[in-house]
Amino acid sequence: MGLTVNSTGKNIVSDFNNFVVKTQDEFLVSLAGNPNVGKSTVFNCLTGLNQHTGNWPGKTVVNAQGRFKYKGEKFLLVDVPGTYSMMSNSVEEQIARNFICFGNPDVTVVVADATCLERNLNLVLQILELTSSVVVCVNLMDEAKKKRIKIDMDSLSKSLGVPVVGVSARKKEGLNELMESVYKIACGEVETNPIKVNYDPIIEQSVKNIEEYVNADLHQNNTRWVCLKLLEGDLSIINDIKENMALNLDGNIQLKETLQKEKEWLKRNGMDEDSFRDIIVSNIVSHAENIAKKAVRYENSEYNTKDRIIDKIVMSKIFGIPIMIMLLGTIFWITIVGANYPSEVLASGFSWLEEVFSRLLLSIKTPTWLHDMLALGMFRTLSWVVSVMLPPMAIFFPLFTLLEDLGYLPRVAFNLDYFFRKSCTHGKQSLTMCMGFGCNAAGVIGCRIIDSPRERLIAIITNNFVPCNGRFPILIAIATVFFFGMKGTVEGILPTIVVTGIVVLGVYMTFVISKLLSKTILKGVPSSFTLELPPYRKPQIGKIIVRSIFDRTLFVLGRAVVIAVPAGIILWIMANIHVSGLNLLSHCAAFLNPFAQIIGMDGYILMAFILGLPANEIVVPIILMSYMSAGNMLEYESLTQLGTILTSNGWTWLTALCVMIFTLMHFPCGTTLWTIQKETKDIRWTLVAFLLPTITGIVMCFAITSIARIFGLA
Amino acid sequence: MKDFTLIPLCQLPMGRKGRVIKISTKGKERRRLLDLGLVSNTNVVALQKSPSGDPTAYQIRGAVIALREEDAFNVLIEL
Repeated sequence: MGLTVNSTGKNIVSDFNNFVVKTQDEFLVSLAGNPNVGKSTVFNCLTGLNQHTGNWPGKTVVNAQGRFKYKGEKFLLVDVPGTYSMMSNSVEEQIARNFICFGNPDVTVVVADATCLERNLNLVLQILELTSSVVVCVNLMDEAKKKRIKIDMDSLSKSLGVPVVGVSARKKEGLNELMESVYKIACGEVETNPIKVNYDPIIEQSVKNIEEYVNADLHQNNTRWVCLKLLEGDLSIINDIKENMALNLDGNIQLKETLQKEKEWLKRNGMDEDSFRDIIVSNIVSHAENIAKKAVRYENSEYNTKDRIIDKIVMSKIFGIPIMIMLLGTIFWITIVGANYPSEVLASGFSWLEEVFSRLLLSIKTPTWLHDMLALGMFRTLSWVVSVMLPPMAIFFPLFTLLEDLGYLPRVAFNLDYFFRKSCTHGKQSLTMCMGFGCNAAGVIGCRIIDSPRERLIAIITNNFVPCNGRFPILIAIATVFFFGMKGTVEGILPTIVVTGIVVLGVYMTFVISKLLSKTILKGVPSSFTLELPPYRKPQIGKIIVRSIFDRTLFVLGRAVVIAVPAGIILWIMANIHVSGLNLLSHCAAFLNPFAQIIGMDGYILMAFILGLPANEIVVPIILMSYMSAGNMLEYESLTQLGTILTSNGWTWLTALCVMIFTLMHFPCGTTLWTIQKETKDIRWTLVAFLLPTITGIVMCFAITSIARIFGLA
Repeated sequence: MKDFTLIPLCQLPMGRKGRVIKISTKGKERRRLLDLGLVSNTNVVALQKSPSGDPTAYQIRGAVIALREEDAFNVLIEL
């Protein structure tokens, strides 16, 4: 089911070309480059937008476009996916290649990493075969300076035959020069003369022989590239050429015959598709090597020793995994200890606001029922969402972003890859899993970096097994109120262990379920995998705080608030419509209760999870609302107070544990489900993604509850 | 021919340097390896294994790249 090209590659590629809408008076600029060279930072600096950035390859899979003005001209900048080459057939490479080739950009900016220039030049040389309107932007000059790597821009520019600009995008240095170069090429003020990589004389002869026939159809500067691809015979590229260029491959008999002849001749000279490509790649690589040798000087040959020492520790056999868990635990601990105080402040602030709001409503003679619905229903749910969820988010997000900026996530992938391989899944799944910690919907979209449809589906379906930003605060809040006050321990240490344990369980279940899928409905072997471990970079603390609060915290909170408002109203209505002596809420809870009891929870909790489908952030507030409307009226003052409300409604440590496990493993939120449906285009996979975590969660809660009850522990 | 000195990259001892002689796989896997710059005569240094012994990080043309054992097996090197 659904394992077709349609569910993975093609539609994304055509989506991308359709998505760029350029107006007449704009120049189109494409932004290309290797993954993780600061492309998104350059993009943000030029356009003033806030694309998510982070120090790990592959995070830009959803493409951004933005506009900027320079010297009165308008430019539309399109961020194409980061790729190492334009030759192999991953979806990202296809998107990038097709856009540069067929999207007719006026200028292509290739961003390169100054600290690793030689490797980046491979892509630059390949892009120069596609188009001559190129500006090379050598980014991360500040990092290079720190490592005492000197780059001679003039020599580089001379060797490549296109403008080269040194930039430190994070410090906003060199951007004007970059825009100037882009402007000059766009307006035709500068002619480029890109270097031509010469191949084996036999290949050059063949190119010459078919070039005239290709030229007759095409009047572009990349006919040489088209000829090379035709000779190489890679069908997927040839199909793209057929679809997007005015080249009449099937109708042009002369071209067809000559091409056939040349291919046979190449074969007689020992060049089949593989060795042909070998020659092409080797030539490009050795050109890159020579150009880099001329332009780059390492004044300190030990420039990356520090990185290697850190790597030796954080990826060592003994410390690698413990350090990983400890880092995660430290983040939770800071969040748990730190979140309690602002939560109290927010709670008292909101209770004061509620009074003001209530008085305001009464002063304009609002009917009692409407006053109650708005003040006690809507406003109170809203204030709980903010005071329970905001503090953990505002602390957790920046800390997690810190690790991301540092370059630690690829190391996590490196440490965990063995387990993913054992589960017969793709190594990049560890990266999409890490994205899931931020937001499962984003993680599901991120699975586009996985090429094999089978492995991609597994990654999509299991992404929900790690808790997202919306669910962390639930875990943290419940762990805090139930395990915080244990005597004789360091403050907050027990809830930290509990939350970390839950997350480790989530990762473990990701492996188990992935393996299960690999052995049943998605059978197969893992495909080849390479992972770059980028240099560590010093995070920009100030920027991280601002970015994670504005881009993430407020975004996630905003979504929760939007959903909390109607949910609060519905809840109030359900609590106030009485049918045969009981309100609707209690009826529903009573209906769910027998089942909920079996899995260690109660009807209200289960209902909160169901009502929380649009956004998990509102689950805890709904639970509180339900309890309060059912009679136990209590003023919410702080997280510790939360514990009193819960215990007075029959919660034990077992309830808390089951709720946490169910938080980890239940159906994905509405946004994630919708994203899964969009990505897989098959309702059956969406259903699997819905049922698998739910069933797993139910089974696990049932088992824990049964064991605890049999042994009389709760 | 001194073919007997060729070993697969995955057998390169940690901290040692090797020189790529040839890639022994075809199609997509081959392309991936070539994209990393693993063409003939490229120097590769084995840096470290992951905590579970696989994959291994290699220094290739200034970048640090992790390869799974079965992929590194297809790269034949000379010590």
